[in-house]
Amino acid sequence: MAARVPRLLVALFAVAVACAGAAAAYQPGSAEGYTIAGRVKIDAASASAKGFGLPAKTSNTKVILNGGQRVTFARPDGYFAFHNVPAGTHLIEVSSLGYLFSPVRVDISARNPGHIQAALTENRRVLNELVFEPLREEQYYETREPFSIMSLLKSPMGLMLGFMVIMVFVMPKMMENIDPEEIKQAQEQMRNSPVPSFSGLLARANS
Amino acid sequence: MAPPPRHLLLLLLAFLASLATLADAVYEDQVGLADWHQRYIGKVKQAVYHSQKSGRRRVVVLTEENVIASLDLRSGDIFWRHVIEKNDPVDQLSLSLGKYVVTLSSGGSILRAWNLPDGQMIWETNLQVAKSSKSLLHVLSNNKVAKDNLVFVSAGQWIYAVSSIDGVISWGKEFSLDGLEIKQVVQSPENDIIYAVGLSGSSKLNLYQLNAKTGEIVKHIQESFPSAICGETILGSHNMLVALDETRSGLFLIEFNGERISYKKVHISDLVQDLSGTVKLLQLMPNGVIALQVSSTVFVLKLKGIDGLELIQSFEQPAAVSDALAITEKDEAFAIVQHVGSEIEFVVKLTSDVTNEVIREKINIDQHRGNIQKVFLNNYIRTDKSHGFRALLVMEDHSLLLVQQGAVVWNREDGLASIVDVTTSELPVEKDGVSVANVEHNLFEWLKGHMLKLKGTLMLASADELAAIQAMRLKSSEKNKMTRDHNGFRKLLIVLTKAGKVIALHTGDGRIIWSNLLQSLRASKSGEMPSALSLYQWQVPHHRVMHENPSILIVGRSGADSAAPGLLSVLDSYSGDELTSLRLDHSVVQIIPLTLKDSSEHRLQLIFDSHSNAYLYPRSPDAMNVFLPEMSNTYLYTVDTEKNVIRGYSLQKSCDNSDEYCFSTKELWSIVFPSDTERIAISETRKMNEVVHAQAKIIADQDVMYKYLSKNLIFVATLSPKAAGEIGSAAPEEAWLVAYLIDAVTGRILHRVTHHGAQGPVHAVVSENWVVYHYFNLRAHRFEMAVIEIYDQSRADNKDVMKLILGKHNLSAPITSYTRPEVMVKSQSYFFTFSVKTIAVTQTAKGITNKQLLIGTIGDQVLALDKRFVDPRRSVNPTQQEKEEGIIPLTDALSIIPTSYVTHSLQVEALRGIVSIPSKLESTTLIFTYGVDLFYTQLAPSRTYDSLTDEFSYALLLITIVALIAAIVVTWIWSEKKELRDKWR
Repeated sequence: MAARVPRLLVALFAVAVACAGAAAAYQPGSAEGYTIAGRVKIDAASASAKGFGLPAKTSNTKVILNGGQRVTFARPDGYFAFHNVPAGTHLIEVSSLGYLFSPVRVDISARNPGHIQAALTENRRVLNELVFEPLREEQYYETREPFSIMSLLKSPMGLMLGFMVIMVFVMPKMMENIDPEEIKQAQEQMRNSPVPSFSGLLARANS
Repeated sequence: MAPPPRHLLLLLLAFLASLATLADAVYEDQVGLADWHQRYIGKVKQAVYHSQKSGRRRVVVLTEENVIASLDLRSGDIFWRHVIEKNDPVDQLSLSLGKYVVTLSSGGSILRAWNLPDGQMIWETNLQVAKSSKSLLHVLSNNKVAKDNLVFVSAGQWIYAVSSIDGVISWGKEFSLDGLEIKQVVQSPENDIIYAVGLSGSSKLNLYQLNAKTGEIVKHIQESFPSAICGETILGSHNMLVALDETRSGLFLIEFNGERISYKKVHISDLVQDLSGTVKLLQLMPNGVIALQVSSTVFVLKLKGIDGLELIQSFEQPAAVSDALAITEKDEAFAIVQHVGSEIEFVVKLTSDVTNEVIREKINIDQHRGNIQKVFLNNYIRTDKSHGFRALLVMEDHSLLLVQQGAVVWNREDGLASIVDVTTSELPVEKDGVSVANVEHNLFEWLKGHMLKLKGTLMLASADELAAIQAMRLKSSEKNKMTRDHNGFRKLLIVLTKAGKVIALHTGDGRIIWSNLLQSLRASKSGEMPSALSLYQWQVPHHRVMHENPSILIVGRSGADSAAPGLLSVLDSYSGDELTSLRLDHSVVQIIPLTLKDSSEHRLQLIFDSHSNAYLYPRSPDAMNVFLPEMSNTYLYTVDTEKNVIRGYSLQKSCDNSDEYCFSTKELWSIVFPSDTERIAISETRKMNEVVHAQAKIIADQDVMYKYLSKNLIFVATLSPKAAGEIGSAAPEEAWLVAYLIDAVTGRILHRVTHHGAQGPVHAVVSENWVVYHYFNLRAHRFEMAVIEIYDQSRADNKDVMKLILGKHNLSAPITSYTRPEVMVKSQSYFFTFSVKTIAVTQTAKGITNKQLLIGTIGDQVLALDKRFVDPRRSVNPTQQEKEEGIIPLTDALSIIPTSYVTHSLQVEALRGIVSIPSKLESTTLIFTYGVDLFYTQLAPSRTYDSLTDEFSYALLLITIVALIAAIVVTWIWSEKKELRDKWR
């Protein structure tokens, strides 16, 4: 597979910032650190449309760098950023109740400042933009099967009833078809042979 | 040849187990039936009231558990809450513009703003500051300066002005002075000038005047002091600073204005008669009223300009003073709360007239809350336009109380946010049986309930009825009774909190049965801070001493240092009363609960001290008699992570001192890991109380594998020094993990395996004959769970039945821990999606039920993962026989089934521990999870195969029976008729 280097919204900020007149121009950072900025995108429409689970609240969405080394929260628009991250390979996890996010492997290249590679670790999909989308919604509860006659019949009680119905209505019909002579013969046989015991059955099974 | 019958049984069991589905999930309407969840915040260290005239009154608090929360002032309920990671400590909290909560964390480097109504994070700004220093947060009280209200942050030499609307840094300034530490940021009332007061060196005070809009230094004044100033300074009034000198015996009163700094030194001994203990300045900012704390006595002093101080009042009893609260344009009020006998006295004074009291109220509070530690005062306007006052009190046991009009309005038991250890106790046995009348009375109700439930299952119930069903389920009073139940579901969860409080919770609904703040674990007057360590069962009465109540042992330490003398306390589990309290003359390093009991059913404990001596408890001749025969079979080991050594010891009778319950130890073996390549990351053993049902495992082809079940098995994982750091810090080549299985008696390494490219943190759990551990794989860049199962090869020959018959087996050979076991090891590793906070394993009464791993995930949830997923014998294409045995086809990753989250849609914030407690019902185990929150539930790893679930529809059963009887009657009539017809024919 041809390696593609996606360029992400990552910037390296120099520390030597003169106190420029315009306030917006000021951005702190350090020479050794990089900034990983990305976005958590939870499709609120799909979540609410389903009517299940929890409202897609980004207020409970945590973004975790390297298994808890740093934790930040997603803003209302889903954006987040980690500052002063050293070059290397990092892992970002997103924790949001009701959704499963794949951890993302983020490579910050030391030789080529500003290049960041990102890939989902679960399915190795390469991300062109650092946008985190849930793999799936988590259904924490078993959904109740709607009531159906079949499920009632399949239950032990249903089976009992079914068996009885068969015995009452079908068996006599079957018995009718059998020759009465044969029944008599079978009954005599039963009388002659001893009743097979359970232990006997077990013994037979073991041998 | 027939295999022994045991195999058949096992096979049957395995088959039964495989029938059960893998996940045990709950339906949404079952939430709260068998589980409960409690949310806490921890000990409040800062509280800011939201002074909104209308709407819901709230208070924003910051706690020692690193939680920021918004509480309802009427009820104490949590509106919203955020648990910030421990490595990002939040130091300061403030409100801005009346709608943002601004927090400063990580030593002043992270500034965050949260939306007050819903707790949503609005912005986050990273500031470049020198860490180590104390940070300050100052929010401009008026917005004259700029449209976007500025927030000033100072730490060390840095000062920043940040817009509170969007978090944009307006300006940042690093003062060029070396060693400068900014102590106060003061807003001058007149113009756009702020003062920054800082110390450089230890005796040079610097005053900077800065333009609030641009950060330009308008003026810089430096003043040297004759003696060094210790770090503590407080603002006496808007242009007065009070600082403690280095010896903590004098106060500097420093006045500053635009032009100069003038100061005066005051000796504390001139103001206060008997001065003993360390002097502390209490943070207080009223119009010239300051408070001093000398050991436990609090002095309130009035500042009379630069001329001097005047003592107003002193409080001998433990007392707390609140910050000043502006109530009118000029006047400020402050509160003093002190203990008077069993009550507390709540006094509010105005700073303009300190001799009079606005309010003096006596409030009765629970004795088990200890001393008052903090007060946060708030006022409200009464209907007659006068001022009313209320206050939040933080007590010694970390609880939070709101007092108003002489009564406690609500309280929060927030000590439960910092649980140290958990144990359980059985409830008392029910003395009288349930009366029959009671049952009959309820029979109609019972039937009605079941009819309702049936309607629910048939989806016929209306919304009202559904609500009634839910209420009925939640109510079911059975689970909340104070007596032992048949299934062992009702128990007391006894928890020990960081504050030294022991609290018993009922498993039914999580309510507090009793609580006891242990006297021995409270901070003493001499400033000693004892720490709570752990809880053990001390006496579990059985048949012989049934009339006695069970008791528990609490072990503590009289200081933070591990060499500090230990503290023991024994509590009655039913009442919470302290039976005995003991101050040990040796330290507590390790506590080894022995499996032995003395004649009065006391559990024997060995306490290992820092001099490698072991002490036996309880100290009774009876216990000694029980222990002595077993002494030669008792082995101890210690894991020293600092020195990278594991040592094994045996006990000897003699001890240097004359204490007869003291045993010296002899080092038998030691394993020294090379520090430059391996560092001990974790060591785990089996739970001492674990029950294992089957010693052997039947594998598919009717073969038997004997589990290596040894209580002496230790699992140790070591990491290369680089791999012990954080994930981004090591390359795969320089990181490895070595897993060891060590026998604790002989020190023999039974198995050793190296995982190259593996990195910590490592989490592990040991149960039966297997170990599961979790680590990070740097090559695949994913988390991995590895499993090692260990089997006893020496007994493997026993499956040959011919040998059994001819007596050539080794079953009767004595099993000893000294022999070298022939073990066989099977291992496998699987990818796992998340990082893990903790791993535990389910425990059941007899150990028959399948095991599930309880994984505390990074999202603060608990995932129950069936052990069969982490089976080393999983293969890509299991044979038919293997499938029957329950082997799952091999996958590279462990799949996460959302319905197998034990905590379903809840989170246990800042999850720290998971405890599994067996119930009397084999299928069911009780799970208690704690962090900042508590969560309890019942879990059936292989479904409840031994009892009917709540879901069971009795009504359907009744209907079936009725239908069957009717059918029998009908067919009987038919057959009668038919017979009659036949006879007539």
